Amino acid sequence: MSIPLSWYLILAAALFCIGLFGVLSRKNAIAILLGIELMLNAVNINLVAFWRYQDPVKMTGQVFAIIVFAVAAAEVAVGLALIISVYRRRKTVIADEIDLMKW
Amino acid sequence: MVFVNDPIKYLDAVIRDLLTGWGLSNGLSTVIIYFIGITVLIIFAMVLDIFLVWVERKVVARFQDRLGPNRIGPFGIIQPFADIIKLIIKEDITPGGADKFLFNLGPVLAISSVIILWAILPISSKIFGVDLNVAVLYLVAAGALGTLSIIVGGWASNNKYALLGAFRMVANMISYEIPMVIALLIPTILADSMSVQGITQAQGGMWFAFLSPLALIIFLISAIAELGRSPFDLNEAESEIVAGFHIEYTGMKFGLFYAGELLHAFTFGGFIAVLFFGGYGGFFGLEKIGLFSWLSNPFVQAIVFLAKAMFGYWVIMWIKYSMPRIRIDHMLAFNWKFLTPLALVVLVNTAILGKVLAGFPNWIYVLGMFSSNIVIGFITIQILRIYGRKQRNTLLKNSSTNGKNQEQVA
Amino acid sequence: MTADRIIFLLTAGVILGSAIMVVVTRKLIHAALWLVAALFGVAILYGILQAGFLAVVQVVVYIGAIAILFIFAVMLTRKETLEKGTQTRPNWWLPGILGLIILIGLIILITGHIDFNRTAEQIPTNIDTLRLLGVALVSPDAFVLPFEIASVLLLAALVGAVFVASGKKE
Repeated sequence: MSIPLSWYLILAAALFCIGLFGVLSRKNAIAILLGIELMLNAVNINLVAFWRYQDPVKMTGQVFAIIVFAVAAAEVAVGLALIISVYRRRKTVIADEIDLMKW
Repeated sequence: MVFVNDPIKYLDAVIRDLLTGWGLSNGLSTVIIYFIGITVLIIFAMVLDIFLVWVERKVVARFQDRLGPNRIGPFGIIQPFADIIKLIIKEDITPGGADKFLFNLGPVLAISSVIILWAILPISSKIFGVDLNVAVLYLVAAGALGTLSIIVGGWASNNKYALLGAFRMVANMISYEIPMVIALLIPTILADSMSVQGITQAQGGMWFAFLSPLALIIFLISAIAELGRSPFDLNEAESEIVAGFHIEYTGMKFGLFYAGELLHAFTFGGFIAVLFFGGYGGFFGLEKIGLFSWLSNPFVQAIVFLAKAMFGYWVIMWIKYSMPRIRIDHMLAFNWKFLTPLALVVLVNTAILGKVLAGFPNWIYVLGMFSSNIVIGFITIQILRIYGRKQRNTLLKNSSTNGKNQEQVA
Repeated sequence: MTADRIIFLLTAGVILGSAIMVVVTRKLIHAALWLVAALFGVAILYGILQAGFLAVVQVVVYIGAIAILFIFAVMLTRKETLEKGTQTRPNWWLPGILGLIILIGLIILITGHIDFNRTAEQIPTNIDTLRLLGVALVSPDAFVLPFEIASVLLLAALVGAVFVASGKKE
């Protein structure tokens, strides 16, 4: 166990920024959700790294990571259901074209 | 430390002496020994796979009242080698619009999702890959990788029948993961551990098949659905969608899918043996008597485990060759409306009874668990009977009114 | 350069490489499969961090359920013409610069803090982290309330997703 904590944090930061780039620069709504998944994974890496390096006996970090798993799964399920439903009505998944409520 | 009593540690010491004698460092020799161990385990699994092709063909022949391959070699035992040679010399076709990398990745993922299961299979108390403390969950994770391989294979073939077959197969597999996970929780509760070594050693007194036969039945049904074998074999429904998701695969790639499925079936037979029938042990305390102490020998345990795994594989084959195929909507309705609630009821029952009967002597515990399962099974069959009678009555009423309408019209 | 550092660097390479391919590749199916590779790398990372239960749960939940959901959604909303043009919005360099600035800022913050350069201490071997995790999730003075709320959230998501995606005509 000779890996400094900062390596894990830099890896999580890089993954988060790549996810951020994906969310902000892609047209397809499903590709935006893929970027959100990358960001959630980066947060999880951070939580588990801090659990291991701070206090491995108290399970706070791992429990938090498990709750994030559950929230990510719920969000992906509902998000994809919404996208499929929108595709059925509007026949498009490009985020810019779903603008019926815009002024 | 003699070879007969502790084979892996003995071989490890011998090879390590050899490698450090040649001048390699301790860390590097550890890595080399791990690689040698992995290679030996994979070779054993694949050679067993070849043997399983012969077993499968002989057994299906006997179920269908014929002889099976008996021309090549004594009892046809060289038949699988003929099969392999045929598959290797076949032309390797890649369809025109197919995604080349994904097309080749499908069979590789399928067979790797099976071989990684051999890392946790406890062949004996001293011969195993690794003693994971989350081995039961690892079994589910390997099933998830298998599901991925089916989608990749179905999509990369650029063929709508393959895609349809892959969709139905994946819907099947992810639905039946749920009763499988719940049924896997029951040996975990009974053995108070998720590691397969812990579960095997907790069955020294009484097999879990007797403590909870309903869990065995639920796990067996969901395992057969996970494997994609009959009666849940929608991906090979030749009369419906022409061989399903591996329709475009020829030669050795198809061989990898096929061999992977057989090895997966045998591995699940092994897991049924470990989780419910005592694995490499489970002699009801017999090995503690001095006369039978040879039962604790690692090689005897390995033979016992392989025999029990073969029995589990035989039960899976028996179900395959005796039952007709089930339709996809019936399959999913069976899972969500019957198997999952039943599994949850059995889980709650096991958990509560396990705590209530914890202090009592062993025979009351075993009897209480077994009889509670029988009671749940009885109640389930009564509910099914009432429901079936109601359905039959509505069908009869509908058909009789239809008959009357037709008479009036005519 | 000890062995675990080499393994960490290889895993980090896999994760970052797959993540970049997720956001850059043109075909959406390939993006979903690169996501699977990235998630598998994160599972290996959890194994390195000795959180074995989380590694297996990552494979089961993310790869076995979420990635398959993505692949199904991509297959159900496919249009051939969608994947021929550009996949990124017209001013895609702006999020790129933003991401780079945030990354550099975070790296400066992380390396500046002297406490983050420490290495991990050994977990005492008599502790079974799996059992501790189980107790923490259901113990009233630990985390039973977030656990139960997460299960209610999952129930709500289940009912909502089935209803929204079933597309019944009203």
